[in-house]
Amino acid sequence: MNIPRLWREIRQRYQGIGVECEPCGRVYFPPREVCPHCRRGSIGNLNEYELGGKGKVVTYTQVHEPMEDYKMMVPYIMVIVEMDEDVRMTGQLVDVEYEDVEPGMEVEVTIRRLGEESPSGIIYYGYKFRPTR
Amino acid sequence: MKTKRKVGINGYAGYVPRYRITPKEIGEVWGKDGEMMAKGLNVESKSVPSPDEDVISISIQAAKWATERAGLTGDDIGAIYVGSESHPYAVKPTATIVAASIGATPYLTAADYEFACKAGTAAIQTGMGLVASGMLENTMAIGADTSQGAPGDALEYSAAAGGAAFIIGKDDLIAEIHHTCSFTTDTPDFWRREGQKYPSHGGRFTGQPAYFKHITGCTECIFEETDTGPDDYDYAVFHQPNGKFPLKVAKKLGFSKEQVLPGLLVTRIGNTYSGSAPLGLAATLDHADPGDRILVTSYGSGAGSDSFDIVVTDRIEEIRHKVPTIEEVIEDHVFISYSRYAKFREKIDIGAW
Repeated sequence: MNIPRLWREIRQRYQGIGVECEPCGRVYFPPREVCPHCRRGSIGNLNEYELGGKGKVVTYTQVHEPMEDYKMMVPYIMVIVEMDEDVRMTGQLVDVEYEDVEPGMEVEVTIRRLGEESPSGIIYYGYKFRPTR
Repeated sequence: MKTKRKVGINGYAGYVPRYRITPKEIGEVWGKDGEMMAKGLNVESKSVPSPDEDVISISIQAAKWATERAGLTGDDIGAIYVGSESHPYAVKPTATIVAASIGATPYLTAADYEFACKAGTAAIQTGMGLVASGMLENTMAIGADTSQGAPGDALEYSAAAGGAAFIIGKDDLIAEIHHTCSFTTDTPDFWRREGQKYPSHGGRFTGQPAYFKHITGCTECIFEETDTGPDDYDYAVFHQPNGKFPLKVAKKLGFSKEQVLPGLLVTRIGNTYSGSAPLGLAATLDHADPGDRILVTSYGSGAGSDSFDIVVTDRIEEIRHKVPTIEEVIEDHVFISYSRYAKFREKIDIGAW
């Protein structure tokens, strides 16, 4: 990830800032420029919206062949989460054993290290999920 | 040091990683009697951060929970100071990342602190000054570490990870800080040179002329300045490099074991360095009743101590259970093997992937 992209996405990665379409009330994450339902009507009417950070597991899997930044975490769990705002997010599920995960499980966002550019480069932080405390 | 205006804590929280390793498991690898080591240190297990945890992620979790517990937002926080000796960057502040994660940017002042294990309490004092002077309404002080001991070194049996955040303000206080005191000298008991992965220490020299002299000197200073003694406090929290030192110094100062135990976390989570006294205070606040008086004395090698005279208010009952208590955080834990610990703590050279 290059530095300008990292910087541009800080608010969505650290705080879960998406958008809410004023005409229809739908929430989008990551933020969209246009609401696909209200189309032209949404232009200029998409307001910042901070997700509450809580949701439920829709589906999950365990990864054994990792991406470079996840090699120390193998095997690790990836989940699709239905957030309370009816938005679906994909991320890693941490602090739980694979055997204990099930659809419908309540999870919350936790900010963790996602990776790094290199040992001397920028460190990436962002959202992951863990069972709700 | 007494503030002219009322100042105190209006939000707090702590975070400790989920993984644990026992001294027995470590000892087996290095041919030492780990059980004897556990007994000698009075440390049953220590916390281990997972590969995606560091001082920044630990600080963010503590900061988010502290803000939520206080009922504040990032916009309410005018300063963030993060004390640690394991900041992930040598140059680039931990505090700016924490500030961005709680939505406190851009109108705030922020910096990272380093004073071995007492950087977090130094951050509390800075916040007190900013609030008591009227410059800011609320400031945040964090003490957190993911400390490392060299493989096989005595430190490896206790060096752990965790941290706590405190919001220092003047309104809606859950505890008033009546007084603070510091005791600082140039004492070479423990250090880490620039670029070195693991710290060095003076062995037994870290005891009497370092830990005990400074904690005793600072606590006696606050006794004198506030005209109090051990019986005036319901609880006492001391820096916890192991499970023996804080109990020994407490006894020496006239405190009972009962006054110290609610904040004595080292036996279960190890030495969290800059997070040690702050986590001990957070656990004690979880336990305290309105009106209870708490003495806190931190210790940082190099060396210095900060003492605080804190009185809990009625508001503690209202906000205590808004976020997980320290006990709830450390209750959820999993023991790991030395091999998994070595992988987590980057003690395995995997070369090019």
